[in-house]
Amino acid sequence: MTESIPHAVSDDAAASTAPVADGSTGSTGRSGMSRRGLLGWAGAGAAAMGVAGFAGGRASAQEPPPPPPAAPDAYPFHGERQAGIVTPAQDRLHFASFDLTTTSREDVVALLTAWTAAAAELTAGRPVGGDPASYDAPPNDTGEASGLAASRLTLTFGFGPTLFRDAAGKDRFGLAARQPAALRRLPHFPADNLDPRRSDGDLCVQACADDPQVAVHAIRNLSRIAFGTAALRWSQLGFGRTSSTSTSQATPRNLFGFKDGTANLKAEDPDAVSRHVWVGAGDDPRAGWLAGGSYLVARRINMTIETWDRTSLSEQESLVGRDRKEGAPLSGGTEFTEPDFALTGRGGAPLVAMNSHVRLAHPSQNGGVQMLRRGYNFTDGNDELGRLDAGLFFIAYVRDPRTQYVPMQTRMSRQDGLMEYLQHRGSALFAVPPGARPGEHIGRALFA
Amino acid sequence: MTSPTRGLALTAAGTAALIALAGCTDNPPSSSSGGGASSGAAGPMTVTSTDAECTVSTNTAGSGNLVFDVTNGGSKVTEFYLLAQDGLRIVGEVENIGPGLSRELVVRAVPGTYYTACKPGMVGSGIRHPFTVTDSGADLAATGADAELVKQANAQYASYVKDQTEQLKAETARFVALYKAGQDDRARALYAPARVHWERIEPVAESFGDLDPRMDLREADLEPGQKWTGWHAIEKDLWPPKTGYTAFTPAQRAAMADQLTKDTDELYRRTRSMTFTVDQIGNGAKGLLDEVAKGKVTGEEEIWSHTDLYDFQANVDGARVAWEGLRPILSKRDAALDAQLQLRFSALQKLLDTHKEGKDGFVGYTELSKAEVKALSDAVNALSEPLSKLTAAVV
Repeated sequence: MTESIPHAVSDDAAASTAPVADGSTGSTGRSGMSRRGLLGWAGAGAAAMGVAGFAGGRASAQEPPPPPPAAPDAYPFHGERQAGIVTPAQDRLHFASFDLTTTSREDVVALLTAWTAAAAELTAGRPVGGDPASYDAPPNDTGEASGLAASRLTLTFGFGPTLFRDAAGKDRFGLAARQPAALRRLPHFPADNLDPRRSDGDLCVQACADDPQVAVHAIRNLSRIAFGTAALRWSQLGFGRTSSTSTSQATPRNLFGFKDGTANLKAEDPDAVSRHVWVGAGDDPRAGWLAGGSYLVARRINMTIETWDRTSLSEQESLVGRDRKEGAPLSGGTEFTEPDFALTGRGGAPLVAMNSHVRLAHPSQNGGVQMLRRGYNFTDGNDELGRLDAGLFFIAYVRDPRTQYVPMQTRMSRQDGLMEYLQHRGSALFAVPPGARPGEHIGRALFA
Repeated sequence: MTSPTRGLALTAAGTAALIALAGCTDNPPSSSSGGGASSGAAGPMTVTSTDAECTVSTNTAGSGNLVFDVTNGGSKVTEFYLLAQDGLRIVGEVENIGPGLSRELVVRAVPGTYYTACKPGMVGSGIRHPFTVTDSGADLAATGADAELVKQANAQYASYVKDQTEQLKAETARFVALYKAGQDDRARALYAPARVHWERIEPVAESFGDLDPRMDLREADLEPGQKWTGWHAIEKDLWPPKTGYTAFTPAQRAAMADQLTKDTDELYRRTRSMTFTVDQIGNGAKGLLDEVAKGKVTGEEEIWSHTDLYDFQANVDGARVAWEGLRPILSKRDAALDAQLQLRFSALQKLLDTHKEGKDGFVGYTELSKAEVKALSDAVNALSEPLSKLTAAVV
């Protein structure tokens, strides 16, 4: 079955460490083109040839030297942790969930190997699989990202509960004993209206980039590589980030018109990130492979835009708990002032209402737990009644969904005043393994 | 019901009543025009309220809509008032401004002398300064009789709610008796006509957070472990799905029926002495159309009986009654909005009438074509948009 997967790991190892090494000898299929591509880049680039070096080389070859950048143009794919989590949230998203169509464990490993190789190329802004071998063959790379920058693309991979056991509880790939205890289908929350065609999946890929075409290009090419082993189950485009994961970023607005993610976990607070995002070494003895990884909660949350837009500003602000203009809590201050939940106004009523989103989502109301949110606005056209099919594609990274997301969402579904204008239509939970080191495929420890 | 948190904000009554006695707080830029009052001041005036001072950028403005941009520069929660010459009557106010926050007060003022007042800490008589409104020539409809009109509107709406809950109680009793007796055909025939009285005052009924989930919860909104009772549980039992459903036993039927009776009686009891304010009535009208847009026009409310158009009509009835009660005020404040609402209400009603069946009945939702549903939805949107401006125009 491995012949259906065009890239072997040696390409990637070569690409990320030593491009002068002959990566073609040990690889199959199209590796020859890969090498040519690599050498081409090596020629254009500078001497330092890590993945980041590639990106730097590319930028200098194509553009005048940029002013000192706030963020690099490309993030390396390899590393201790996967990129795309604490990475400053990019502007665009293409998220994809896959079902495995194979029954062979080797196929799964081969797919992850090929995906890893492709991911290293994609995140560096290089075409997948190099140049075409033959005029009579379809090109390896689909081509639409040619001439575009790496655009800070990150590709983050995750494993769903159904990778381990099917609906009947059957061990699909000999991995059941390693299924993390927290990796179970999320429970049904009050008012959930889930569409199975927008929920769950065996594998996921989160592609984030500053250019939508770059993100879509990545998912398209990864889907292509997967044919025969895995098939796209659902995917979601996000056109605008709704949270900041770094203090260097301004807080964006969601489609309700309010700043979202003000109180998010930020990369600059590594202690909090360690406590709330990364799975610890001793967290789950059965799933030691997940240490250094995280859990990804995905929820497609539709907003009833038209009804919201007819709501008075006072009600909007009261439901959110912040003012619309600045994003300051209604208890006063500026955007980053901590809300004062005890402060009362006329009639002794709290200024930040009891059913306000900010109150219910705040760590102080949730036993101190926090999440790293990384959601995106989406609009997928409109429904039959001419209403925008729009909302928030919520993504959160947590150390343990059972103590972080689940209790909080249970309360929010029940009490959050905003629920009047929200409907959860899609849901998925994935375990996100730690990063791959050069020469390794993603999730290697799970399959070891 | 569509969400456990929905409801008419009945607790805000105290202060809303005060605002209701005052002038128009329509937002000038989004005003639906024709209110007759142009902005009296050139651009917004600024007010800075600190713990010790109340600084207003000017002490005079032309008559019409005045816009005060109030910033709390102090450390305490503050309020800002425009008071009449007697220093007692509140012409307009904004409250609950947290430290550092800003809020706008839009108020309609006729020529005369007033006081501006900041009230840091919300105590005392406030830090006051005289304020003069000169005659700008803006045509301000007489406001003298507003207080009386407001009183009438509120009383009228309270009577309507009382009347509907009385009918609901009576019809529910009949329905429940038939259901308990196993007379399913007759119970099915009475299901929608009885519910109409609930749907007409839905925002009021939903304001009781304990009763609403027990009486009107849809299966889709059930929480794990939550007991399903009320209208829709009985609906499913009367129009059961072909497979995968176990009919209630007579004992279960009786329990469901008795619970609904008990809750309906409780709703009746609580609505005997209820009072309303114009903002609640206006927001209630808007809320009813929201209900139509979200649950009825989509056929999600009555997924077993498909009697959604009965609910649709009842929601529209309730909204129309609310608007009609406010018309004496609205026609003075914003005649253009009033005229627009009249047109849109009648257009929607015309469309609904094409789906009538029998004397007061409607065809099942599933008999509507996609194009017909879309046309209804468009008409609901056309009405909802101006209706969302009703409250601001009458408070």
